[in-house]
Amino acid sequence: MNVYAIKAIYKFEMARTFRTIAQSIVSPVLSTSLYFVVFGSAIGSRMVDVDGVSYGAFLVPGLIMLSILTESISNASFGIYFPRFIGTIYEVLSAPVSPFEIVVGYVGAAASKSIMIGSIILLTASLFVPLEIRHPFVMLLFLVLTSLTFSMFGFIIGIWADSFEKLQIIPLLIITPLTFLGGSFYSISMLPPLWQTLTLFNPVVYLISGFRWSFYEIADVDVSISLGMTFLFLLICCVILHWIFKTGYRLKK
Amino acid sequence: MRPIIEVENLSKVYANGFTALKSINLEIREGEIIALLGPNGAGKTTLISIICGIVNASTGSVRIDGYDIVKDYRAARSLIGLVPQELATDAFETVTATLELSRGLFGKAPNQAHLEKVLKDLSLWDKKDNKIIELSGGMKRRVMIGKALSHEPRILFLDEPTAGVDVELRKDMWQVVRRLRDEGVTIILTTHYIEEAEEMADRIGIINKGELMLVEDKDVLMRKLGEKRLFLHLTAPIEAIPTALEPYELMLTNEGTTLIYTYDKQREGTDVTQLLDAVEAAGLRFRDLDTRQNSLEEIFVNLVNDR
Repeated sequence: MNVYAIKAIYKFEMARTFRTIAQSIVSPVLSTSLYFVVFGSAIGSRMVDVDGVSYGAFLVPGLIMLSILTESISNASFGIYFPRFIGTIYEVLSAPVSPFEIVVGYVGAAASKSIMIGSIILLTASLFVPLEIRHPFVMLLFLVLTSLTFSMFGFIIGIWADSFEKLQIIPLLIITPLTFLGGSFYSISMLPPLWQTLTLFNPVVYLISGFRWSFYEIADVDVSISLGMTFLFLLICCVILHWIFKTGYRLKK
Repeated sequence: MRPIIEVENLSKVYANGFTALKSINLEIREGEIIALLGPNGAGKTTLISIICGIVNASTGSVRIDGYDIVKDYRAARSLIGLVPQELATDAFETVTATLELSRGLFGKAPNQAHLEKVLKDLSLWDKKDNKIIELSGGMKRRVMIGKALSHEPRILFLDEPTAGVDVELRKDMWQVVRRLRDEGVTIILTTHYIEEAEEMADRIGIINKGELMLVEDKDVLMRKLGEKRLFLHLTAPIEAIPTALEPYELMLTNEGTTLIYTYDKQREGTDVTQLLDAVEAAGLRFRDLDTRQNSLEEIFVNLVNDR
């Protein structure tokens, strides 16, 4: 195992995060805080409780997930796309480093950043709404697994993309709608029956539901199914990455 | 002694059908500087890229110090440093940070003393905390070399290292390359500057249209360079070379109107005056004479054009 390589990639990527701290950390935390102010405190005070949880508190897990998904994808995809774009990828490809080590370095850094942002948002949320976390370990598990899975997904997008437009297209046109429609702002039980069924095809529902369960023990789907689905997404990403490195897709000519 | 790099029947056909390399066989000796000469698009960069693991070969194999570049890629690649042709740098990072990344990628523990030496050797020490984007083109080229040297490679690939750099920097780079060779580093240099190959290399390989056409010790090539030809243009054609002129091994061409004498200007005993006297004594008259010298460029152009 080339531990020095993993450390080097990780350190390099984290340095990029801290160098662009306003964009990397302050911006997602600020925009999520605005959601709390608008939906949690201002509008939320006029909303009815959801399954016995105040609307402001109900929002917190969904908003953290929203940030984690978008940040994981954008950070990991940019992390690998940029060296491809400027040509510095030659060094990673010519180094004595395995695909696993490359993924651990890049995805590990992106996931760390997401976990950091998620934690900061959680702390910020506690300033606006009363919070309780009934299953902290499950919460942590979902936080880590989701960050990891979607950082991997972002890494895949960063390898697939051959333009900045493509880099943005999946997060903007697919992930953001799925997250908004995946129960970030509401419980899917509030939807008409047909929409409830359709929503179950949205993978983000399982992530948000499981994550919310760890806070308040309320869930749209059983937590074990949520956990199973999260592992399934992780597995799918691992399989795709394995194929990418085996074939050299978009990395090697 | 086993060569440090063994390339066997290496071919590359890109997805678009373009054949970049045609069954290349090449052995590179440890500690030598070999220059691969060839026009743009000859396949030099593809060859280097395959050896370094950036491009997949279509067929054939490469071993580095006995390690297969696919099966034992870790052992093989850990010996190599690559300075690619394109100026690809982490623009927003500092010089030190980018060298530290390179060293780590190649599995080496941090070593500030070594990085300091590399930066000082490349006259980059006072720029170590600068962001790369702030540096000039020549300085960026030095950073690229610094990155490759940061992990102490035994083999260094320099792909067109002096393309587009000024004379001073070129001389500096040659100095760095010589110093590395003195330290035992094997250097593979691609260039289309013949002057560079002449100046630097122990051996020269000529590559064109994906084929390795010639690999020769530079000294052998230089001997060919030393050869001069004297052309005597006769006033009247002759049918055969007079017996008295046989010791000079002349060639008769141009329908019997031109005699060619090949001699080595560096070798003792070459006497053009004696030949001219002998020509006169044989009753031949000439209306003009000229001499021509082979240059590496000429050898190169002839080889490239013959194919």
